[in-house]
Amino acid sequence: MNTQFWVIQAFNGVSYGALLFLVGSGLSLIFGVMRIVNLSHGAYFLWGGYIALSVIAATGSWALSIPVAALAVALIGIAMERLFLRSEGFEYLRNGVIGLGLGVMVALAVTAAWPHFIGGGWAQFGAVTVVAAIAAYFALSRISLVPIDNDVLRQVLLTVGFAFLFQQGALDIWGGNNMDITPPAVLSRSVVIGGIYFPAYRIFMIALAVAIGAVLWLVMERTRMGAAVRATVDDAQMARGVGIDTNRVSMFVFALGAFLAAIGGVTGGAFLGIYPGLDFEMLPLAFAVVIIGGMGSLGGAAIGALAVGLADNFGKALFPEVSYFTLYAPMVLILAIKPTGLFGRE
Amino acid sequence: MTSRLPRKLNPLLLGSALALGLSLASNAQAEELRIGFIAPVTGIFAQIGKDMTDGFQLYLDQHGGKLGGADVKFIVEDDQGKPDTGVIKAKKLILQDKVNMFIGGLLASTGYALAPVSTAEKTLYISSISSADDLTQRQLDKYPYFARTSWTSSQPEQPLGQWACDQGYKKVVTIAADYAFGYESVGGFQKVFEDCGGKVIQKIWPPLGTKDFGPYIPNIKADADAIFSLMVGPMALQFPKQLRAAGIKKPITAGGTSYDEFVLPFMGDEVIGDVSALHYSAAIETPANEAFVKAYRTKYGKVPSYYSENNYTTAMWLDEAMKQAGGKYPGPEKFIKIMEGIKLDAPRGPVRMDDMRNPIENVYIKKVEKKKMFGYDKAELWNTVIKTYPAVSQFWTYGKEKFLKQPVYSRDFPACKYCE
Amino acid sequence: MTQTMKIVSVAAVLVVLAVIVPHSSSFVVLLTTRAMCFAILAMSVDLLLGFTGLSSMGQAAYFGVGAYLTAILAAKFHFGLGWDFWLVVLMGMAIGAALAALFGLFAIRASGVYFLMITLALGQCVWGLAYRWNSLTGGDNGINVTNRPNFGLDLTNERTFFFLVFAFFAASLILLYILVRSPFGRSLEGIRERELRMQILGYNTWLHKYIAFIIAGAFGGLAGVLWAHTNGLISPETVVLTTSVDSLLMVVLGGAGTLVGAAIGSGIVFALREYLSTLVPWWQYALGGVYVLTILYLPTGLMGFPARLRQIRGASTKNPSKSGDAKKLASAPS
Repeated sequence: MNTQFWVIQAFNGVSYGALLFLVGSGLSLIFGVMRIVNLSHGAYFLWGGYIALSVIAATGSWALSIPVAALAVALIGIAMERLFLRSEGFEYLRNGVIGLGLGVMVALAVTAAWPHFIGGGWAQFGAVTVVAAIAAYFALSRISLVPIDNDVLRQVLLTVGFAFLFQQGALDIWGGNNMDITPPAVLSRSVVIGGIYFPAYRIFMIALAVAIGAVLWLVMERTRMGAAVRATVDDAQMARGVGIDTNRVSMFVFALGAFLAAIGGVTGGAFLGIYPGLDFEMLPLAFAVVIIGGMGSLGGAAIGALAVGLADNFGKALFPEVSYFTLYAPMVLILAIKPTGLFGRE
Repeated sequence: MTSRLPRKLNPLLLGSALALGLSLASNAQAEELRIGFIAPVTGIFAQIGKDMTDGFQLYLDQHGGKLGGADVKFIVEDDQGKPDTGVIKAKKLILQDKVNMFIGGLLASTGYALAPVSTAEKTLYISSISSADDLTQRQLDKYPYFARTSWTSSQPEQPLGQWACDQGYKKVVTIAADYAFGYESVGGFQKVFEDCGGKVIQKIWPPLGTKDFGPYIPNIKADADAIFSLMVGPMALQFPKQLRAAGIKKPITAGGTSYDEFVLPFMGDEVIGDVSALHYSAAIETPANEAFVKAYRTKYGKVPSYYSENNYTTAMWLDEAMKQAGGKYPGPEKFIKIMEGIKLDAPRGPVRMDDMRNPIENVYIKKVEKKKMFGYDKAELWNTVIKTYPAVSQFWTYGKEKFLKQPVYSRDFPACKYCE
Repeated sequence: MTQTMKIVSVAAVLVVLAVIVPHSSSFVVLLTTRAMCFAILAMSVDLLLGFTGLSSMGQAAYFGVGAYLTAILAAKFHFGLGWDFWLVVLMGMAIGAALAALFGLFAIRASGVYFLMITLALGQCVWGLAYRWNSLTGGDNGINVTNRPNFGLDLTNERTFFFLVFAFFAASLILLYILVRSPFGRSLEGIRERELRMQILGYNTWLHKYIAFIIAGAFGGLAGVLWAHTNGLISPETVVLTTSVDSLLMVVLGGAGTLVGAAIGSGIVFALREYLSTLVPWWQYALGGVYVLTILYLPTGLMGFPARLRQIRGASTKNPSKSGDAKKLASAPS
């Protein structure tokens, strides 16, 4: 084990950490502001990758796929936050969405139970869907939602429900092939310094994470919205007291978190691939980042991502038998000493 | 929904209504051949499951839904890619649907979990993908109602070991997914390669599902002549890419799943020239294979993988066996006897069963090339066959008795004599 | 309903279950057996969530050690396949409790969502070991448990085995019920409602929570022992995050703080995942939909359905728009 080994392993660990930062920072911000653990975060990562693949297939442009995928997933995030994690407002839309979902399911059930009735025709299927959806819509309009805003556990479990739905949805939309995002040729090369090969793509990931981290830091430190976010993370009640619209803050942060996760999905897609099951593989790693760094802290997320990236890399290279343990055990220790993570605040 | 579902499920809780439904179902039509098929329909292996099902279905559709003259009732069950769910679904197929046989199972561990079910329920189980070596080797006597139409994990890797040795490679590093399928593949390769005079100088075992090979690639010893890799699914896409990006240009000889047609369409041009071994390639240039590839691609829009071919051939095998049985299922023991006597000309080439109920078949050494094939107008990646080892048995050239005396290939067997 | 009536009706349902299921098809027997194993796990989660107010996201760890212990003893040492099965049951509970006692030292200090995160991390530690410690756990392949215990009763028979699991399930239900009705259980509920008040009253709330955590661990271990023999295969899949999440969802689905709700939730999840999936390929939408709708509209779970129905009826006759009742329900213990 010479210097070369340590240099390349450290580099690999840092570049992996860069990817984890993109996933973890969003999760951390969402947690800081809303106090909820978003278990759909892995799904955002996966959907970001899949949407990018579709964009690349349609336009051939890798550069275009990043913003499109990130914005699309941010919209999904906003929809989820507005319609389901808040009980106020958008009642009609929420009932409409759930009603439509139920309608399709009823139509599917009818198809399965009485295939002759539907007869494989889209018209009949559509008709059953519409009738069931309208019925469901009116039924739902008569029941009011039980407020969910301050119920952490229900919010968390809701995101689990959505994670399952997203998982199956991705499988039905994009199929279950193992796919890969191909970056431009210039990023597929390697840079050779002192006889060591540094893959350009890993350098790109590090640069991207640093750039995004810098922008995030500027937004948080220099803009009104950023100040509002920081105030909400510190003390939501107090923030409301001084006139900050925490409701808007939470929407902003949820969108931002989804946005970052999707960017992670696109960049990670060229490095990990895009395939079913990736969502639940990324989730625990994103958690490790957030838990170690401290929830709601951007700097913490950066440190956490670096720590997890390095621990994971060196753990696998040096102690393969207990490699995952080397990842999660330090996490437990940190939590035991400081339950809010290294940089988190109560 | 919440209010309706539990009411709908009440009968299940009480069981009675359901039991009634089952007894009705089981009375229906005793003459048809009832086949249960276990494959992942949901979850992370869903697409492989679809390839498996499509392969079998294609044969059925080409033959009017009949095998050997009998109408086929083909019931697909979703094992969600989990062995224990596979067991539950197999029992459902046997107890509720009264199937004559069940087929499928993707993972080696699913194969190990399903074989005991066949013994316990005295129902024929045909493993059409799952390749765990010992099922048709040291453990076969435990499973009298079991047969395999696919391969054992080490079967194509043993000839590959010979081929690598013939290329003049002296030192090889193996890097393979850390689970039984990886052990058996590496074991087969190493045994033959070393018996021929080569040396495996390092074995690296990344966990199943590794995508970031960053921690492992720098460990690869610089003095190796070639790398033997065994990757599955998403791992296969990343390993060659990251290996080349790290500046390692050593030739790759690989287990079949590292480059099979399931992953090949999604690979980049950096894999051109990589070599792998399997009992099937979509690029075999025989009329039988060309017809199969074309029919499959027309119907399902993709090139068949070995997952598709093996199940297509399984259906072909059943067709022939049912013909010889006179269109009536004769019970598992008799049916296996018939299957053992059949010689098929499948898309993968000539296939027959050895006396341990595993196929004797060609093993193809394949090289990835970008070219046009079968009249398709786009240049694509294909696994061009560069050498064919005809009629390879799971025991290679060692002979059954000698082979079965050694332990099953594992992480520690054969021992890595030349590792430091 | 009065308390006695509730007990009588639960007992009646149990009797019906024990009488009817063995006479239904073997597939139903199998599914019910599996659901009951998970019901024990879900009830152990309910002890924490519903009665102590701790949302544990790592219950799969105790389930996992119980299962791995059983599997390793049976597969490698042929231990626990005769009368010594009962010893394994005790050992399984003990190892679950011991692990919980260790993990509790880390976790109990935290509360709310931090507790959730730390239990998640602890659960992942166990998964990491199961996944990579090849020499002990068989790694990704897991361990096959091919033989079931035989002590006069032949448990390879699914119906006999059903009765064994049923007995454990009923016993766990009764024991946990006695526990939550005891003064100790009452003080747990007090901690759930307002921990500070209990501290002022002189309760050592840490110790109370710690003990509850250990007991939950023991029942998790028990569920694991039974699962090893029910499932016949123990692999890292047994201890993944989703197992923990599932058990939590089962509790919330059925109704936290009711014990019976946990069992109902388990039954529904298994019915959707393993029975509905034999009928239609889109079962996962149904499962996700049930979760989402229950959480949105039935925060007290299915056990709270009658109350919620009354409330909706009352609300729609009195005041068609949003009502104060809904808020009251949300703040009720869930």
